Amino acid sequence: MPELTIDGRKVSVPDGTTVIEAAEQLGIFIPRYCYHPGLSTAGNCRMCMVDVENSPKPQIACNLPATEGMVVETESEQARKDRAAVLEFLLANHPLDCPVCDQAGECDLQNYYMNFGLYDPRFSEQKVKKEKAVEVGPHVMLDQERCILCSRCVRFTDEITKTGEFGIFNRGDRAELGLYPGETLDNPYSANVVDLCPVGALTERSFRFKARVWYLSSTKSVCGGCSRGCNTDLHHVTDRPHLNDAERLVRVKPRFHAQVNEWWMCDEGRYGHGWIDRDRLGEVRRRTDEASRRQVESDWDAAENALAPALAAANGRLGVVVSATQTTEELFSVREVLGERFGARIVVAPQAPGGKGDDFLIQADKAPNRAGARLLGLSDAPADGVESLVDAAIAGELDSLWVFGEDLVELVGAEKTRSLALSDCLFVYAGTNDNPTVSLARWVLPTAVPVEADGTFVNCDGRVQRVGRAFAPLAQARECQRVLCELASRAGVADAPSWSTTAEVFAAIAKSTDAFAGMSFESLGEQGALAASREPLAEAGTP
Amino acid sequence: MAVKVVQRPQLTFWEKLYIPQVLCGLRITFRHFFRNLFLHIAHRFGRRTGERAGVTYQYPEELRPLFSRLRTRHRLMVRENGAPRCVGCMLCETVCPAKCITIVPDEHPDPDVEKFPVRFDINLGVCVYCGYCVEVCPEDAIRMDTGILDIAATSRDAMKLDIHELMNPQLRKPVASCELDFPHQCEVHGGEVRGSWTQPAAVAHEPRMKPSKLRTSDLDSRSSA
Repeated sequence: MPELTIDGRKVSVPDGTTVIEAAEQLGIFIPRYCYHPGLSTAGNCRMCMVDVENSPKPQIACNLPATEGMVVETESEQARKDRAAVLEFLLANHPLDCPVCDQAGECDLQNYYMNFGLYDPRFSEQKVKKEKAVEVGPHVMLDQERCILCSRCVRFTDEITKTGEFGIFNRGDRAELGLYPGETLDNPYSANVVDLCPVGALTERSFRFKARVWYLSSTKSVCGGCSRGCNTDLHHVTDRPHLNDAERLVRVKPRFHAQVNEWWMCDEGRYGHGWIDRDRLGEVRRRTDEASRRQVESDWDAAENALAPALAAANGRLGVVVSATQTTEELFSVREVLGERFGARIVVAPQAPGGKGDDFLIQADKAPNRAGARLLGLSDAPADGVESLVDAAIAGELDSLWVFGEDLVELVGAEKTRSLALSDCLFVYAGTNDNPTVSLARWVLPTAVPVEADGTFVNCDGRVQRVGRAFAPLAQARECQRVLCELASRAGVADAPSWSTTAEVFAAIAKSTDAFAGMSFESLGEQGALAASREPLAEAGTP
Repeated sequence: MAVKVVQRPQLTFWEKLYIPQVLCGLRITFRHFFRNLFLHIAHRFGRRTGERAGVTYQYPEELRPLFSRLRTRHRLMVRENGAPRCVGCMLCETVCPAKCITIVPDEHPDPDVEKFPVRFDINLGVCVYCGYCVEVCPEDAIRMDTGILDIAATSRDAMKLDIHELMNPQLRKPVASCELDFPHQCEVHGGEVRGSWTQPAAVAHEPRMKPSKLRTSDLDSRSSA
């Protein structure tokens, strides 16, 4: 355990810790380009140079092991001079096209130059011209002129994905980042190189020219693309509808979580958010008559007036299909209101077949909250659970069937869904997005997506993580718990719950379910908490 | 507190007579009247044009000279190929305190330009003429030097300038036809993106601005910049 002094403050660190990590423990940030805690040390950018006592030359903090009695200065006159000199070299061939660069505003070269750079540049020669706007893969755009050759992306493809597409070719000022011949950057984690790139050399193609980064607001969230539950930052813009084709969610970035996803996330999750703004159910719809099966626009008041008496009269002849893509709060309010108050038979739609996982982050189960449904006691129905429920509805054993967010056509086939629509059963669809089932329902209730309503997902390891609320529900859409609470009180249930916020629903879960005991949105924080459960949450087969 | 005693002027006997004083005043009035009448008639016959008849400006035929730094209606500078010089960096949209600028950027076929605005609107009904957009522009693509002050319209919509009126400040709403060949969104096409970079290049035209009346010399030196 060597003890060293950094900027006059003492810290003792485990053997093998580098100075840059030791400084981080003290909250001292040493600027860096090539160093990244998730990758091996390259030591080629020379940005992290610090003054070490009794050392004749400045040392790079990222590759300098802390030793006993070491005295490090990160803010000395010499260290600042060194940084300015390194920045001068980096900027020698870096184009000054910040106004058209998508990285501007979150660029380390910009930021450090503002902090430490020479404001009076001495470089008057011609900059080296290289290729601009090279599409290196389906998600990533490369600008070779902007590259500062830190090699983070090269190390990422070598060490993390082990696909090795990138390399640095040529020497001297003609050195450039490029793909090996015949390669394209199309591995399932390719867009992480964009987050790694400290400058604007690698940018996202889907974000290209969509917005300037300073227009974006950020919400801490969790990816709902699979049961891994990678921590994310949602970047959204709502006050400039002319940007991003009027879609609110602009991009998703991974957020560090040591136990879940570290610094990474897969492309599937990163670019799988289009449904939040596209093909959304915006208004309450009802079917006009049995024969034509035509749907017309309606409103919540009419829906509640029609559905509340039906629920009150259901008397246990009620079936519910819920989805493991719903938040724990939604599942809980369905269980409490429809299950407990109206005696519904609730089945969870089974895992969609064909989902592929890998041994890194991607899970085969694409539903983000199956573990949450299990913790609430809504265990997976047998493979034909949904089908038998639909069969019962068609046979007249159920008065009404509620489907939350699942596409029945996919689960039981178009034929059965159509006969369900033609049967006497009151078929209600509550969900977020349009699908073939929606047009067959008697009532369509638009609900809020998780990032409009807040809530929690329980990932495959049993970690309860908060989704966060980025923006308000679209059009007429409402939070699931609000819909169900109002229906229950309209139906005249004596002990109807009256949750007004998602936090209150979660408090009710924590009170009634052991696995969530003692948790609250505040205590979950940014890192979530492990649910107290002795049962294995993941099925065999998930790594 | 200091007290200042104000001496009220006393009328003299001559002034108290009243009528002579009125006639004195009328003499000045009539002197100007007949002088201007004579000069206006002389101007009609092309005589004595060096002397101004009257001190008022005959607006709108005659405009007051404007200071060269005056901020007037905006214009977008144009490249030789007829496309805007703007690279769609949105710094003006960012800096605009009135939030009256709307830009939608897109990919430019030339990777050295990278970006260009598909849509560039300024809502003059909201603009506060602060000139920040001109100052912040890294490409000198927007200027407020058209000398156009008569910005009036009969509806709020007509105060919104799109890329046509910004690239050619002489245009007035409603813009009848669209001759821009690069991809852009404008009101003429109902907000749809029209035009393409692959069309045969149009005749390289000069910036379409025509200098306004009183500032010929001033504008000539600027638009050639």
